[in-house]
Amino acid sequence: MELLDKLTILSDAAKYDAACTSSGARRGFKEGMIGCTSSSIVGCCHTFSADGRCVTLLKVLMSNDCSYDCTYCVNRRSNDTPRATFTPRELCELTIGFYRRNYIEGLFLSSAVLGSPDRTTEQMVVTLRLLREEYRFNGYIHAKAIPGTSPELVTALGLLADRLSVNIELPSEASLRKLAPNKTKAAILAPMGQIRDQEAESKAELVKYRSAPRFAPAGQATQLIVGATGESDRHILHLTESLYGRYRLRRVFYSAYVPVVENTLLPALDTKPPLLREHRLYQADWLLRFYGFRAGELLDEDQPDFDPRLDPKCCWALRHPEFFPVEVNRADYETLLRVPGMGVVSARRILVARRTGPLHADDLKKLGVVMKRAQYFLTCSGQLATPLRLSYAGVLASLLAVERAALPVGVQGEQLSLFE
Amino acid sequence: MQWRNIIYQYDGSFDGLLCCVFESYTQKERPTAITCDEDACLFEIRSVVTVPEHAARISRSLRKLSPDVLPLLRRVFLTHLPDKELAIYRFIVKLYREGAPYLTRLSDDAYQPLLRAARQLATEVEHLRGFLRFSVYDGVLGAEIEPKNRVLPLLRSHFCERCRNESFFIYDRTHHEALLYSGGRSHIVPLDDFRLAPPDEEEAAYRKLWKRFYDTIAIRERENPRGRMTKMPKRYWSTMTEFQPENDVGCGDGQIVHDKHGFKNAASPAASPARGAPGARSAPAIRPESAPPAPA
Repeated sequence: MELLDKLTILSDAAKYDAACTSSGARRGFKEGMIGCTSSSIVGCCHTFSADGRCVTLLKVLMSNDCSYDCTYCVNRRSNDTPRATFTPRELCELTIGFYRRNYIEGLFLSSAVLGSPDRTTEQMVVTLRLLREEYRFNGYIHAKAIPGTSPELVTALGLLADRLSVNIELPSEASLRKLAPNKTKAAILAPMGQIRDQEAESKAELVKYRSAPRFAPAGQATQLIVGATGESDRHILHLTESLYGRYRLRRVFYSAYVPVVENTLLPALDTKPPLLREHRLYQADWLLRFYGFRAGELLDEDQPDFDPRLDPKCCWALRHPEFFPVEVNRADYETLLRVPGMGVVSARRILVARRTGPLHADDLKKLGVVMKRAQYFLTCSGQLATPLRLSYAGVLASLLAVERAALPVGVQGEQLSLFE
Repeated sequence: MQWRNIIYQYDGSFDGLLCCVFESYTQKERPTAITCDEDACLFEIRSVVTVPEHAARISRSLRKLSPDVLPLLRRVFLTHLPDKELAIYRFIVKLYREGAPYLTRLSDDAYQPLLRAARQLATEVEHLRGFLRFSVYDGVLGAEIEPKNRVLPLLRSHFCERCRNESFFIYDRTHHEALLYSGGRSHIVPLDDFRLAPPDEEEAAYRKLWKRFYDTIAIRERENPRGRMTKMPKRYWSTMTEFQPENDVGCGDGQIVHDKHGFKNAASPAASPARGAPGARSAPAIRPESAPPAPA
C-alpha cells in the first residue's frame, strides 16, 4: 500500500482523539539530536484544522487493525473499513520529514489493539526507540498506553515519550461494560496509577542525579467521550476532579461523541455531536484548574447539568448573589478570579495597576476585563460599574443577550425580532 | 519645556531613537514627530546624529528605573504601531517625570498602547513559530513569511535552537529582510527581491503528504470555519503549505510520483543530512540566543 493511502487511513482513524498538545515539556537542544520541544510553556500550534482544532502533532494510529469490538469505535473488529499498519521506519521518516519542515512539533502515537495490548505496545516501543535512537529525534512524543499492557512495557514507553495517556473512554463502569466489553475500569486505572508513581519517582531521582532517566516528563492525560452514554455533567466533572487530584493528571480531554455507528445502544446516526456541552465542560475544567473552583460548587443534585445558554462561572455567580458585588480595589486575587468576565491575566493586571491609585470602570476595560459580563458583579471605589441596579432576572437576561450571538440555533432561547 | 514645531529625523535604529530623546532634553524642546523619512515638509527638520554615548546614557537611566523597560521598548520598536517613535518618546518623558511607580499604571494612555502593541507582537511571533513552513532545497531549509511586525529578531532564538544542525533562511516579505543561519551563526540582512524556488520531487511529495494529513484530520461533523479563522487568521494562509492549491503543491500526478518514488528511497536522502550532521559539525561558536534582539 502507498504511504499516502496509509497516512490517509491511519490519520482518519486517529482524528477522534481530542488530545493534541505539546505542552508541559521543556527540553532544550541536545548535541547530535534533531530538534527540541517548544521553548514556550503552552506548546505550539502548527495549524488549525477545518473543525477549528489545534494541530501540533502528527496524530496517527500505528495500526487500525483492531481485535477489540468496542461499539462506539470506527476501528472495531466488526466494522467494514480499510485496514493499514505503518512500519516503524515509515513512521520515523514521516515524523522527521514533517518536523524539519516545521509542520509539527512531534508525534502522537496511538494504536488499535493488534492481537493483544502487549504485542501492540511492543510495536510502539520498537517504533519510538528507532525514532529516538537511530533517527535521533529530540522533539515531543505523546504515546497512548493501552489498558491491559504489562507494567514493564508501560515503563519502556514512558522512558521514550514525553507524555503518556490512557483513555478512560466512557465516564462510568456501567457504560464501559455495555459499550466496550474488552475494557474494564481496573485495567484503565492500573496503568494510570503506575504512570503517576513512576513519574513522581523519576522527578525525585532527577533531583539527586542530573542524568537520571526521565519518565514521561510532561505527565499524563486522558480523554473521555461525552454524549455517547447518559452520564450527567456533574458525574463527569466529579470524575475529572478526582483524576486531577488522585492521579495527578495534567489534562482531561472531552470529546463530543460523533455518531459513526448504527447501534441501538448508541445515539442515532443523525444526532449532532454535543459540541456546546463539550465546550461548557472545558470551561468548567479551566475553572477547576486555574480558578480555584471545586466541582461541588459548580453543579449539585438539583442542577446536575450545565445551562447551555451561559458559561459555568456566570451560572455560579447568579446563584451566589451574596458574594457580589466585588470591590475591585480591595478584593484579593482569589475573589477577583470568581468574577465573570475576569481571567487570570486581567486579575493579575488589576493587582499591579491598583498599587499606584484607585481603578475606575474605564481602566478595567483597558486591563482586559470583559466588561459586558463583569459589569454586574463589580464596584470600583464603591461605585457600581453599571449605574442601573438590576434584578436577578435583569442580569440573567442581559448576560443571555451577550452570549446569544455565539450560540448555535436552538439553544438561543426566545429572541425578539424586529420584523414580526 | 517649551513647545516648538520641530521634527526629528533619525537613522532608523533604536539607539538613534534614544538619541532623539537625549537631544530633546539637551535642547529643551519637544518634537512633534520623529521620523526616518527624508520628505520635506512645512516644519523645521533636524537630523539627529546617533551618538552611542548619548544612547547609552538614556539606556542607563531607564535601566535604573526598572530592568524591564528597555526590553519592552526594544520590542515596541519592532512593532507596526503607528508613530511608534513618538509613542515611545512620550512614554519615556512621562516615565522620567513620574518615576518608577508609573510602570504599574498599566491603563495609562501613554503606556497601554505600548503594552498592547508588544502583546500583539508576541502573539504574531507565537503564531509564526507554528505557522511558518520550511521547504527543503538540497538540504537547506527555506521559508517565507508576511508578518505585520518585524518578527525576525524574535524568531531567531527559537528557530536557531530548533534547527541547530541545519542551515536555514527565513525571508520576511513585508520588511524585505532575511534571517540566515548556518553552522551556528545567524544574521539578519536586508534583502530586496526574493522568490523561493519551485519544489523538487521529494519536497513536493512531502507537501502532498502534509496536505492530505491536514485534510483528513478534520472531523466533518464538527466543521467550524469561524473558529479556525479566529485562531489562525487568514493573513497567514498565503505562506502555509496546506492552503496552497493542489497543483502548486508541486506534483502534477501524485500517483506516478509515488510509484516511482518508493517512499524509502525518497526519504533517506531527506533524513541523512540531518542525521549525519551532529558528528560532522562542531559546537557553534556563538550562542544564537545571545544575539541582540534588534538588528541595526
